[in-house]
Amino acid sequence: MSDKHDKHKSKYTLDRQYPGAFEGETVTRRRFMTVGGQAAGGIAAAAFLLPALGFAVGPIFKSTPHHWENVGPEDLFNEDNYVPVVITLAPNIGEAGKSTAYVRKFNAAIDTDPYDKGTPYIAISSRCAHLGCPVRWVDAAERFICPCHGGVYDLLGRRVGGPPVRPLDRFYTRVSGGIVELGPRFSVNSELRRFSPRDPAEPLDGIGQYAYPSRPGAQKL
Amino acid sequence: MPKLPKAPPLPSSLQAPPPRPGESNGKPTALGRAAEAGTTVVDWVDERTSLSGGARWLMFRKVPKGTNWFYTLGSATMFAFLSQAVTGVFLAMYYRPDPSGGAYESIRHVTNEVFLGQFVRGMHKWGSSVMVILVFLHMGRTFFFGAYKYPRELNWVIGVVLLILTMLMSFTGYLLPFDQRAYWATIVGVNINGSGPLLGPYLSDFLRGGSEFGATTLSRFYAIHMLLVPGLLAALIGAHLYLVAKLGTTAPPWLKAEQNPELREADA
Repeated sequence: MSDKHDKHKSKYTLDRQYPGAFEGETVTRRRFMTVGGQAAGGIAAAAFLLPALGFAVGPIFKSTPHHWENVGPEDLFNEDNYVPVVITLAPNIGEAGKSTAYVRKFNAAIDTDPYDKGTPYIAISSRCAHLGCPVRWVDAAERFICPCHGGVYDLLGRRVGGPPVRPLDRFYTRVSGGIVELGPRFSVNSELRRFSPRDPAEPLDGIGQYAYPSRPGAQKL
Repeated sequence: MPKLPKAPPLPSSLQAPPPRPGESNGKPTALGRAAEAGTTVVDWVDERTSLSGGARWLMFRKVPKGTNWFYTLGSATMFAFLSQAVTGVFLAMYYRPDPSGGAYESIRHVTNEVFLGQFVRGMHKWGSSVMVILVFLHMGRTFFFGAYKYPRELNWVIGVVLLILTMLMSFTGYLLPFDQRAYWATIVGVNINGSGPLLGPYLSDFLRGGSEFGATTLSRFYAIHMLLVPGLLAALIGAHLYLVAKLGTTAPPWLKAEQNPELREADA
């Protein structure tokens, strides 16, 4: 067999002396059926595998619409202390979709960072920047304290102890008709520079902002 | 199925004794007829499938001297998996993956009101820990007895994949009761996945089915827990067992190979 192949390098099966070869034929019928059958099987498998895969990974690329949530009238909040408010992160799933934010009026004496200029209210997310447990504002200590692994944050949400990799996330705020509204979440690095929202455990200082890219659909305002 | 090697004969204890002289002439008893009917059925199936050769190849294998109780840890793990599979199927008859209260309520119903529900749920809950412990003991046995060495490396690799899938089962199953512990443990677990650079954020989005823990996260975990991973586990356990039967059992490391002095070379 190989002997015949070596002698006859012609591309025509007739020249290569295949039994039953046709004039001008370059691919045998057996080989054509083999390749054709495998291609048909591959197409049939791809026809259900690719849509299923896209269905499963699609949510990664879905952009979440911005919404502003009413959290109470302006006179509910003050400059000196945080007031906890309940906000809805995911609709239609009851308690599991709710979270707590700590809101306080902008205080020029405390909020000296240039990024905070023009913000009517400071709204701090209770989601710990370590692994996402809910932090609590402890008034006597003037600290946010996480119950899970001991993360501690100061008045501005900057880490002062424990494992968190960056300050607490914040929400955009605005006042509309005397009502304070909370908008999308954003993340900050240790200098309180603003970034598009990241998940907990993703540092934003140094190369962190490149090692942990923001998701395609979520951008800061 | 590939052509099987010649199957070893049935052990003598399972072979029917030859008829004693003078006994075969008597009329058959009811028990004898029933046994005859059973043999006929088995023969009918075997003539069309040749299954008995494969069954004998799997079950009646030569094992080395010195095998001991440590060699049962693999079977113990498999039975833990089977127990999880059976109790899981029956729990699925009552469970509702509804994050707005239905999931917790269905678990409460199983635990407090369904007949034997607390028992079956308890078997599934505690059995999962038993399975993880047995997997690690089995892995330790394989490592310390050197049973991962040539030609069994591939079986070690399959075993590691089985270990990872078992961990994935534990992780996804932990959310399903949907109480405070389940919810926050899953938040923490998903964020640990997200702490891997570059791909981590996408992995945690895939697990949650979006950027926040949302309406489809629970059903996603449920589908992974009861459809995707169990199928993979069962298939890989089959491959694991096939290789065990094909490659045979290793002797314990303290057992020296027996040397026949006649076969030893004179002055090696």
